[in-house]
Amino acid sequence: MATLRTPNGFDLDTSGKRVVVDPVTRIEGHMRCEVNVDEDNIIRNAVSTGTMWRGLEVILKGRDPRDAWAFTQRICGVCTGTHALTSVRAVEDALGIDIPENANSIRNIMQLSLQVHDHLVHFYHLHALDWVNPVNALKADPKATSALQQQVSPRHAKSSPGYFRDIQNRLKKFVESGQLGPFKNGYWTNPAYLLPPEADLMAVTHYLEALDFQKEIMTTRTIFGGKDTHPNWLVGGVPCAINIDGDQAVGAPITMDRLNYVSSIIDRSIEFIENVYIPDLIAIAGFYKSWLYGGGLSSQSLMSYGDIPDRANDYSPENLMMPRGAIVDGKLTEIHEIDLRDPDQIQEFVPHSWYAYADEAKGLHPWDGVTEPNYALGDNLIGTSTNIVNIDENAKYSWIKAPRWRGHAMEVGPLARYVIGYMQGHEEIKDQVDRTLSALDVPIDALFSTLGRTAARGLEAQWAAQKQRYFMDKMIANIKAGDSTTANTEKFDPSTWPTEVKGVGFTEAPRGALAHWIKIKDTRIDNYQCVVPTTWNGSPRDNDGNIGAFEASLLNTKVERADEPVEILRTLHSFDPCLACSTHVMGPDGEELADIKVR
Amino acid sequence: MGEGAPAVLILGIGNLLWADEGFGVRAVEELHRRHCFGDNVAVMDGGTQGVYLVQHIRDADILIVFDAVDYGLPPGTMKLVQGEEVPKFLGAKKISLHQTGFQEVLAMAEMLGDYPEHLLLVGVQPVELEDYGGSLRPEVKAQIDPAIDHALAFLKSHGVEAFPRTELLGEDQTIASLEMTLGRYEGGRPESGDAFRHGDSRVLAGQGWSGPADFDAEVAALVAKPMEQR
Repeated sequence: MATLRTPNGFDLDTSGKRVVVDPVTRIEGHMRCEVNVDEDNIIRNAVSTGTMWRGLEVILKGRDPRDAWAFTQRICGVCTGTHALTSVRAVEDALGIDIPENANSIRNIMQLSLQVHDHLVHFYHLHALDWVNPVNALKADPKATSALQQQVSPRHAKSSPGYFRDIQNRLKKFVESGQLGPFKNGYWTNPAYLLPPEADLMAVTHYLEALDFQKEIMTTRTIFGGKDTHPNWLVGGVPCAINIDGDQAVGAPITMDRLNYVSSIIDRSIEFIENVYIPDLIAIAGFYKSWLYGGGLSSQSLMSYGDIPDRANDYSPENLMMPRGAIVDGKLTEIHEIDLRDPDQIQEFVPHSWYAYADEAKGLHPWDGVTEPNYALGDNLIGTSTNIVNIDENAKYSWIKAPRWRGHAMEVGPLARYVIGYMQGHEEIKDQVDRTLSALDVPIDALFSTLGRTAARGLEAQWAAQKQRYFMDKMIANIKAGDSTTANTEKFDPSTWPTEVKGVGFTEAPRGALAHWIKIKDTRIDNYQCVVPTTWNGSPRDNDGNIGAFEASLLNTKVERADEPVEILRTLHSFDPCLACSTHVMGPDGEELADIKVR
Repeated sequence: MGEGAPAVLILGIGNLLWADEGFGVRAVEELHRRHCFGDNVAVMDGGTQGVYLVQHIRDADILIVFDAVDYGLPPGTMKLVQGEEVPKFLGAKKISLHQTGFQEVLAMAEMLGDYPEHLLLVGVQPVELEDYGGSLRPEVKAQIDPAIDHALAFLKSHGVEAFPRTELLGEDQTIASLEMTLGRYEGGRPESGDAFRHGDSRVLAGQGWSGPADFDAEVAALVAKPMEQR
């Protein structure tokens, strides 16, 4: 077959052999990926399929809008708080509810804390194993590892040869017992792994340190949300009262003691990121400098809604501390403003998605969104409807809709935020990026890659950890000035609501731009649509054949072994995909080995 | 086990939004409604959290997990699994749990050197999952009582006492998410004409069970039966 050029500038060729990865592991939810590789094992076509139905929109219909956050927080196990925050913002927008300054500060601290937590867990526990080989770590010399640690991060205390020897022994015991635990199902003999054994041992050690440390980050959300593991949220503010001089016996959970505790967690988060996460990132990236695949849409079209309002209730770009804007057609210096209410800007299309619209030539703005499933398959499908061998991407092929901004497929996430911020001259972001590029001695173009995405996530974790401090100080000053309000309940009673209203709430979730559009009629939810980050990044094709961020990022990547898709996982994981949550019913076989088929 | 009373974690896991997948969470809510415990016992709604639960597992000497489990048994069957057998059943066919199966969460706790000494999985084979926004099916709901009894017996055998509440907690006073208590969750559900109920046929097919062809008729027949035969 001849090469086909997509309108957004990518060449697709389906003539080579087809490789299927299903499921893509270490992601949230269920996803399948098919690629065609040519005779040199270079990916020439990529097809990403969301393989699970996510019907949250329809189950919310008819429910109390004030409860929506609790449902959306159960979509999945990772962005719980982000969905809840987006949901309460949507309802507040619809009903014209202003929240108090303290509530804004607390929400920002919780959101930033989630960013830190999610990025850290993603890097060490989901993504690191795409770059780090724990089996190779068994060959490391603990003394040399100790020297490496001291060179990479002199301020990190845990660096003695004995410490690394202990970890190595523990790891050895695990491997010898035949139960690799979290490290099972890896491709540990693949030449795509480039780290020397000492770097592998250092990174595996930090995998364990991060696993131990991450528990502390959760505490922040538990304190403000009043509950572990699913914090409480509230339309109109936050559900915790402040009683700075009191104790919790009088029903005010936020006391000075607790604020001091949160402060200490913030300090330790900053310390861990600066002494462990960032040095690891730079050390590992240093060995992979020549692996600059995976850019995809990142140098072409990027979008961020922005987040972290400095003052409460002001969502203008100037007041958002996380950058807002859109870049299209590779014109990096032109940042466009986004309007989530404009029916012509954000639209979702379904010609390649398992949904039905009355007219599929057109896209629908989320306020008018329709979520009606239509599991139809193309004529060129190989297999059956319950056992797909090869999908037919010319027809419907994914449970993910295809959102577009003014017709463009967009990449969202930490890299989008960082490129937009950099181009806008956001000082903190510019400083972080420039320092990282110079530490690695790579040009700015290196950003547009899988590693660039991974690096942006780490830098953002550092930024988010530090910004928590800003809002803590701001809140304490506000409380000391006599304002301890945390909720505005003026319009909480549905009898005060108009008959019909609509609203939109947005956040920047750890993995990208997230928004919920709500319509309320007679005090009940009439329509609810979520466009989540992975809807943008994992988007299938649209009517014109534009491909989405996942598909674009895989093109032209060389795979070492077609039956061991390390490179595919590496790039897909760099987006931190979240295909929303599903059942997690468990089977007695205990295996989650991806089924790799090459034809 | 450390000094003094053992630390106990009673954990319900699963997704409330997927019908019988909510079994684990509903079971711990009910347990909490009826019983209180000493300070050494925590009753927790783990939802679909993964890595975020590791610390709680590490802190526990005794761990009881309530969950919907695909044992390949007839729908509604309860099965108890103990000790080393537990991770095998907590594998991963269709999991969310932050990309990690609960098996991996246990393995992570073990790698960190803090594995619970005693482990009990109280699992129920689901009847229906393909009902997004739906609640527990009667057969699964009926297993909550015996599931709690088994857990209490297990605790007793390890010298951990449960205190029946003289007055049961109200539904909105338990660990349940207030917005999603069983009554509110079931009562607030829109009509099926307004809200599509079904999942992805391809993903849900071939997983060892399938939903009844005519669920409403089966429920009607079940309700018509005398209590003891159900």
